[in-house]
Amino acid sequence: MVGWQAGKDSFYVDEEYNGQLEHVATPSVSKKCVKCKESTAVLIIRAVDAFCRCCFKEYFIHKFRAMLGKNRIIFPGEKVLLAVSGGPASSSMLSQVKEGLSRDAPKKLRFVPGIIHIDEGGASGQSMEDRRRAVAQVESVLRSSNYPYHIVYLEQALNLPSSVLEVGSSATEKLQTGPSYKAAVDQFIQTNQNLHPDLFLENAWSHLSSLSMQEVQNGLSNPITPENTQALQRLFASVRTLTAKEDLLQTLRQHLILHTARTEGYTKVMMGDSCSRLAIKLLSNISLGRGASLAMDTGFSDSRYGDVVIVRPMRDYSSKEIAYYNRMFDVPSVFIPGLDTKAQDKASIQRLTESFVNKLQTDFPATVSTIYRTSEKLHTACPPQNTNSPTFDKCLMCACSLDTNAEEFSAFKATLISEQLSQRRGPGPGLSLGTAGAPGPPPASFTGQGQCRSSDEGQRQGCGSREPGCCLSAEMPATLDLKSLLCYSCRLTIKDMTAVDILPQYILAEAERKKRRSHMRKEISEFLLEEEDEAKTS
Amino acid sequence: MTASLPVLVRGSDSDVSNKMAAPIALHLEFGGGAELLFDGVKEHHVILPDQSEPWDMKQLLVWIRANLLKERPELFVQGDTVRPGILVLINDADWELMGELRYELQDQDNVVFISTLHGG
Repeated sequence: MVGWQAGKDSFYVDEEYNGQLEHVATPSVSKKCVKCKESTAVLIIRAVDAFCRCCFKEYFIHKFRAMLGKNRIIFPGEKVLLAVSGGPASSSMLSQVKEGLSRDAPKKLRFVPGIIHIDEGGASGQSMEDRRRAVAQVESVLRSSNYPYHIVYLEQALNLPSSVLEVGSSATEKLQTGPSYKAAVDQFIQTNQNLHPDLFLENAWSHLSSLSMQEVQNGLSNPITPENTQALQRLFASVRTLTAKEDLLQTLRQHLILHTARTEGYTKVMMGDSCSRLAIKLLSNISLGRGASLAMDTGFSDSRYGDVVIVRPMRDYSSKEIAYYNRMFDVPSVFIPGLDTKAQDKASIQRLTESFVNKLQTDFPATVSTIYRTSEKLHTACPPQNTNSPTFDKCLMCACSLDTNAEEFSAFKATLISEQLSQRRGPGPGLSLGTAGAPGPPPASFTGQGQCRSSDEGQRQGCGSREPGCCLSAEMPATLDLKSLLCYSCRLTIKDMTAVDILPQYILAEAERKKRRSHMRKEISEFLLEEEDEAKTS
Repeated sequence: MTASLPVLVRGSDSDVSNKMAAPIALHLEFGGGAELLFDGVKEHHVILPDQSEPWDMKQLLVWIRANLLKERPELFVQGDTVRPGILVLINDADWELMGELRYELQDQDNVVFISTLHGG
């Protein structure tokens, strides 16, 4: 660099250099913004549309409000939990909420936001120091928003209550929230009209932030124990494939968010899935056998939990738009390495799909939007079950409607039969669930399961293949029981685990409970007049 | 830093200097997890040595791969371009507006690479 600063040479070089600059700069200057047709464009979105900085900002902000306005799903005064991972999309969502709730916004949003961040470092085996640093970074972003926030550790999923697996529209919700949700909203709007709206929201906020500060301090006083972290790491170590690990992480994360939303009284959860992410999710979920719940998994709103509805307001933005917006308008985001960081393209189905979609996208810029438009047109064949339907019909882990009640001559049944046949032939290591390396002792409450659980590995394997004489009780081996409560895709995830009894206690306990209920139902079935009666009495 | 020698050559032979590009200083930035492949360092001030042709983005990528990348080059460069899913900004503008790989780099240019991939 210093070499050419002497005498004539530098002058000469400078001249030559300026010539080049002009030569190259001309083509890019000629590209004008498609909207205002005046300013120089700074980015291309949707294949050909070039936007300038100002028009892009306007477009971006408008899109967020339009998305919420169009769907009319978030009511004024409603408590909305923003799930912020620290990544670009959710951080951008936070900035849009801030923008939308700010005083000078013309079409002001009027809900009451709170934030949840889940520290997942325990699953990917990060050191405590790294995790603390990452959480501190995220916390500083969250604190600057002035919204109440909850920092939750993935370890806490191990101590969740079983009630988190219940679908909210059943008994629990009625007891907790009293009158119907809509009536409550109407009532709110009426009281809100009497009060000055801004004043009302402000009160609510100050109240909330004082609450959240307490909570944060509580959280700090009893942080996660090393035992919890170890248990979590054992759980993820027992999962053989990255595909299943990511799926399990997704399930646990969802449960934690749901639990926080319920205990803190949030009725909506906003997730920051971008349309690029949803396009990838759509394709990978199909490959994961989750096709039956695609509409819920990728749609704007997801009401599978009943009392808490998941919304995805960022689903109109591509990850490119988000990255540009964050960079141009200084939206802070925190990069936290996850399970798939530095992973190969073929490390997991999710990863492979991502690289597939991204590669297609570079050659065919309409790829993501085409897939995404497809997801918009999807609907579930049978609408979500009504409140009286028994919870048996939902998957224990992902809460989607069970897709395993397929008819006899379906591909699903054929798969099951061939699986059974190959299991009967011998204890094939790949297929039986109780094989090698079940780490740690089974959780305490499993003593009720009888000797089958606490027995050695060989015996458990015998259970898996239903050999007579192992299980003396009428109970079926737990692996099979758990399976019968899961949807096809969650079964596949469980199948990739070396041991099922290492799953968090709340899942196992709920499985127990459901099993007992169905057992009882079977026993008393001849005394029952109608299905509905039974549901009411039990 | 290696730039001083070739410049002397340029001074002594003006015919060659017509074709030669000056060493250029660039500000490179990696974000969205891409920095992990560069020892976690986000910002790099680099000086590209002068060479017979002007530096373009394609050559910059080759240079980054040889000089800056610390591990797993396939996670950053694929073929002669960046891995799909990594965005490139030249002076805060989309590189698609600047001719992508054909863009001729100028002294003091600011080039940003942002990974939009899950997990960086």
